[in-house]
Amino acid sequence: MDLTNLTIKQVHQGLLKKKFSVLELTKLYLEKIKKEDKHINAFLDICENKSLEQAKETDKMIALKKEIPLLAGVLFGVKDNILVEGVQATAGSRILKNYIAPYDATCIKRLKKQGAIVLGKTNLDEFAMGSSTENSAFGPTKNPKDLTRVPGGSSGGSAAAVASNFCHFALGSDTGGSIRQPASFCGVVGLSPTYGTVSRYGLIALASSLDQIGPITKTVEDCKTIFDIIRGEDDLDSTSASAKQLIDSDIKTVKDLVIGIPKEYFIKGIDAGVLKLIKEAIKKYEKLGAKTKEISLNLTKYALACYYIINPSEASANLARYDGIKYGHSADTKDSDSLLEVYLKSRQQGFGDEVKRRVMIGTFALSSGYYEAYYLRAQKVKELIKKDFEKAFKEVDVIFTPVTPTPAFKIGERATDPLEMYLSDIFTVSGKLAGIPAISVPCGEVNGLPVGLQIIGKSFEDDKIIKVAEFLEK
Amino acid sequence: MISKEEVKHIAKLARIKLNNQEVLKFQKELSLILDYIEQLREVDISKIDLKKGLGKAQSVTREDKEIKKSLKQASKLMELVPDKKDNYLKTKQIL
Repeated sequence: MDLTNLTIKQVHQGLLKKKFSVLELTKLYLEKIKKEDKHINAFLDICENKSLEQAKETDKMIALKKEIPLLAGVLFGVKDNILVEGVQATAGSRILKNYIAPYDATCIKRLKKQGAIVLGKTNLDEFAMGSSTENSAFGPTKNPKDLTRVPGGSSGGSAAAVASNFCHFALGSDTGGSIRQPASFCGVVGLSPTYGTVSRYGLIALASSLDQIGPITKTVEDCKTIFDIIRGEDDLDSTSASAKQLIDSDIKTVKDLVIGIPKEYFIKGIDAGVLKLIKEAIKKYEKLGAKTKEISLNLTKYALACYYIINPSEASANLARYDGIKYGHSADTKDSDSLLEVYLKSRQQGFGDEVKRRVMIGTFALSSGYYEAYYLRAQKVKELIKKDFEKAFKEVDVIFTPVTPTPAFKIGERATDPLEMYLSDIFTVSGKLAGIPAISVPCGEVNGLPVGLQIIGKSFEDDKIIKVAEFLEK
Repeated sequence: MISKEEVKHIAKLARIKLNNQEVLKFQKELSLILDYIEQLREVDISKIDLKKGLGKAQSVTREDKEIKKSLKQASKLMELVPDKKDNYLKTKQIL
């Protein structure tokens, strides 16, 4: 039995059958990371002592109580913009280089309660701004399938860690595609849940009206297990949705399914290999009895522009807190007595280029005289995009699209042109603006590079898209 | 294309210091991004009433009462402060 390639379910069964102890498992994974992660750079920090300690405690508890919690012995990586008490949370930025989280995020609390163990913190684009993990202040992560290529982003470290079998699952955050796109590039499963289903408490804010934490896993089944634990109401998140709103899937077999294929997602510019795999995946569902229907999402063309107003605007407001006073990097300003100088220099030294770009674009879009032309207009277009999807979902159960137009690109290939990088998100931002759930599930490889199928669902029908994704895995 | 003066003004509002080289670099990059998002002007938004749409999402609120936090929690936050004196965070003179 290869212990370094276990799913969550296999860990649980292995412990039940006493095939290994939690401590043995933890040591094995820590060793593997030490040996192999120098080539990948998926982790920014390894919680060696804490995880070994927790492993010993879990073994003791199992021996004493004779019962095994659902996630006992399950080892996971946490994107470094999610807080784990007593552990660093840099958000991939120099400005938070020495920041130690003073409390656990709600999702971390829930996972720990089930016995899961944090193995380490994973790399990301600075403050989750990017699609390649090249914007990290601590060096890029490599794609485990091809070390010359990016793992996607911004949750690139999390996706690479799961794909490298460094952990059983990882947490990511998705603001425009940051879970789904790296999951697609690395050949793992990634869920961006309905806005409001998973608490954002303890997630370092990027764009608060879009940010959502979600699981990155090896299988769809594992994805459901983790989602069921981290979802749910939280008094500490003012946009947390009532748990009652979540709808159980009514899909029993593929025959019940009507799949929408939006013509705007099958345009010129998509890699031929990607297109072929997506079409094959659709055919598989048709063979199993699903009906497909061509639909139109008219506003797809404008989604990216809309997103790149809302995201920087909210980011500029959220990142105003990094002022060099309360926490984080503070510039040496001994020869000045100006408070403004502390702000200006701390942020100049602490932020990378992409963060500076977005904070400035957002500041501009929100500034006096421009608010209506940019942010307010974008909010209205967002509402139209939502309506576009609502109309489509009157005719279909789920929507199938590619996650990205191409497989993983080369490191450095898009690093010099910010707009070129933004285009990586073209198929993932629309659903995000509508606040609806979407999952990326592997559907094959082009020249050894994984490709993901995106399954988009109605608001709060996260369960349904997970169920639909399971059919592909089988 | 936005002007160099505009870039400097935005950077000041955003509280980010830029050197001359950075002003030139961001002038070019910000202009490209702003040109791209301009296309949103083509969308007809006249029929959208945001008040109606936003009404659907409800904010979770709580009573406006003090939440007691432990001293331990407070000291953890104070440990993160870059510059302090007698357990207060210290800044340069404001007034």
